[in-house]
Amino acid sequence: MKKQKLRSNLITYGIVLAAYVIVQALIAADSLSSMMKGLLVPLCVYVVLAVSLNLVVGISGELSLGHAGFMCVGAFSGAFFSKCIQDVLTFSPLRLLIAMLIGAAVAAVFGILIGIPVLRLKGDYLAIVTLAFGEIIKNVMNIFYVGIDGAGFHFSTQDEFALNLAADGRMIISGPTGITQTPKDATFTAGIILVLITLFIVLNLIDSRDGRAIMSIRDNRIAAESIGINITKYKLMAFTISAALAGAAGALYAHNLSSLTAKKFDYNTSILALVFVVLGGIGNIRGSIIAAVLLTALPELLRGLSSYRMLIYSIVLIVMMLFNWAPKALEWRERNLGRFFKTSPNK
Amino acid sequence: MKKFAKIAALAGVSVMMLSSTALAGDTFKIGTIGPLTGAGAAYGNAVMNGAQIAVDEINEAGGINGAQVEFKAEDDQLDEEKAVTAYNSLKDWDMQILLGTVTSGSCLAVSTEAAPDADNIFMLTPSGSQKDCIAAGDNEFRVCFSDPDQGSASAIYIGEHGLAEKVGVIYNSSIDYSKGIYATFRQEAEEQPFEIVAAEAFTNGSVDFSAQLQSLKDAGAELVYLPFYYDEIAVVLKQAKDMDFAPIWFGVDGMDGLLTVEGFDQSLAEGCILLTPFSADAEDELTVNFVTKYQELYGEVPNQFAADAYDGMYILKAAIEKAGATPDMSASEISDIVKVAMTEISVDGLTGTGMTWNADGEPSKSPKTVQIQNGVYVGME
Repeated sequence: MKKQKLRSNLITYGIVLAAYVIVQALIAADSLSSMMKGLLVPLCVYVVLAVSLNLVVGISGELSLGHAGFMCVGAFSGAFFSKCIQDVLTFSPLRLLIAMLIGAAVAAVFGILIGIPVLRLKGDYLAIVTLAFGEIIKNVMNIFYVGIDGAGFHFSTQDEFALNLAADGRMIISGPTGITQTPKDATFTAGIILVLITLFIVLNLIDSRDGRAIMSIRDNRIAAESIGINITKYKLMAFTISAALAGAAGALYAHNLSSLTAKKFDYNTSILALVFVVLGGIGNIRGSIIAAVLLTALPELLRGLSSYRMLIYSIVLIVMMLFNWAPKALEWRERNLGRFFKTSPNK
Repeated sequence: MKKFAKIAALAGVSVMMLSSTALAGDTFKIGTIGPLTGAGAAYGNAVMNGAQIAVDEINEAGGINGAQVEFKAEDDQLDEEKAVTAYNSLKDWDMQILLGTVTSGSCLAVSTEAAPDADNIFMLTPSGSQKDCIAAGDNEFRVCFSDPDQGSASAIYIGEHGLAEKVGVIYNSSIDYSKGIYATFRQEAEEQPFEIVAAEAFTNGSVDFSAQLQSLKDAGAELVYLPFYYDEIAVVLKQAKDMDFAPIWFGVDGMDGLLTVEGFDQSLAEGCILLTPFSADAEDELTVNFVTKYQELYGEVPNQFAADAYDGMYILKAAIEKAGATPDMSASEISDIVKVAMTEISVDGLTGTGMTWNADGEPSKSPKTVQIQNGVYVGME
């Protein structure tokens, strides 16, 4: 059993590494289109987002609809740091690393703050409250004005003029426009490293004592409580780790685009992450990766079909759903592809 | 399953066929990026249609420097990240010049990619009005007024024409557009012979403006400046009527569209003055020709986005001809010479006559003011 798990985990790492090697080879051979090159970092971001959400939805069994909110917090705090420090610290990989750590830390704090009241709820109620929290984070970021000048930072929730910046001052966050001209530090290599770290954390957590405790709460709360498992602690642990990883993904995202606005992180993005998780198989980490890559890249690759691409995208969603969850399809898979698609050991 | 595989293969082949490119070097490849589906699709499609009309006219008349123009629009779904992907896919199509992007947010994201220290692709946005969205490089220009310019142009107009001495303002504090215009309006107003007696804000989704209106009424505002979008302006006008508050209403390009609001009593809009670069009711030959063609092809009256894009294409033509660029040049070579030519040309178009550009990329043209009289726009001095 243990060996099988290890093998499955190694395959997951292997897929990511193989993808990295193949892409690097294609870039070296100059046969990768500009569009695919541009998609590489977003793909990593969405993979991390999906895997981290899977920790909450699949492993801890809580339906969260506010994941984009944590990504938003991470993105803004990371980009904020880079904007402040960009003239002082010019070594971009280090700057990105610190920005991601800050993004993760700030998102983790928010995860704890939100998790404490929210995790007392279950099922639908939890989903609604997390949805609301995601929206609150987005709307608060939307009215933030922060500038810097010789005298230090100036904050306002009104407008740029309320900051009273000195002549040499510059805006860092300007309300609905968000943060612009963040240094473009994100690279595919950094993205892949973040994906590997995320996988390492999540897969190890699942296989650890804590992970088993978290899953026992998911499977039977009363039984778990009766054997002395601290439910709040373990739920909060999964929730916070997930938020921190989403925050790191957000920071990576922010360093890939020169324009970061809070409106990007609305519930649509949260739902998108949930779609990745559900289609990839709840609790199936490898599935999340594949679903995130496929569903992010597909609409872009189908650009040639202009307006039909939305139709095809929807059809793909339905087909994937059937392929993954319909009993007959599962039976067919078992019979024909049993060797390749083992049912996840985590389920 | 076999059938499915067949369909999949067919789809794959058609993707490849559609994305295969024509022979490079004998046509100018001009791309645009905008929201063609989802929210804001009206803007993106207007730009696509307006530009297409110009492209067809140019090609019919023999092209630019004897070369035909190929035009392609990519969808960004009003999303910055998708805009960059759309930009990259246009690059794969060997785009030489970008007539985009349509919206300011996407423009901010794409402008860094197109800047000289990155790809160096010449960029002319028809309608990206946010102040910083062409700030990333000196090869970026715009057709429309920037938001701040609209604010100062309004203040100058009100001051010079002595429309009022006491001015009130209502603005939407949750959108950049409105706040940006209000900010420069306030700045410029200090130089002008009128006084801002009250400025009231509201946020997205407001439906009751009576508190703001009451405050302006109490302050004795003779003219009220409304730098936000027409759907909210319609509500403001209705509520002002209900409380017998009848100042002069002054709007900017966001007011354009007021007469198309469903269920809106058009008599409320009588006398409203708005600063707009384009009015479809103008009677000069150029506008009439454009509006007729647009209506024939797309069945609706073109808005300012379509006009900006139409002008944008002709501006590119003028700049390319001035620079003497040829289609066999790379995007970067074209960018280097066209950006110089841009500051030397003067273009007459739908949205202004004698338009010129400075090196920052900002257009210089006199704003048009129109007044709503008997339900139609009438040009003002």
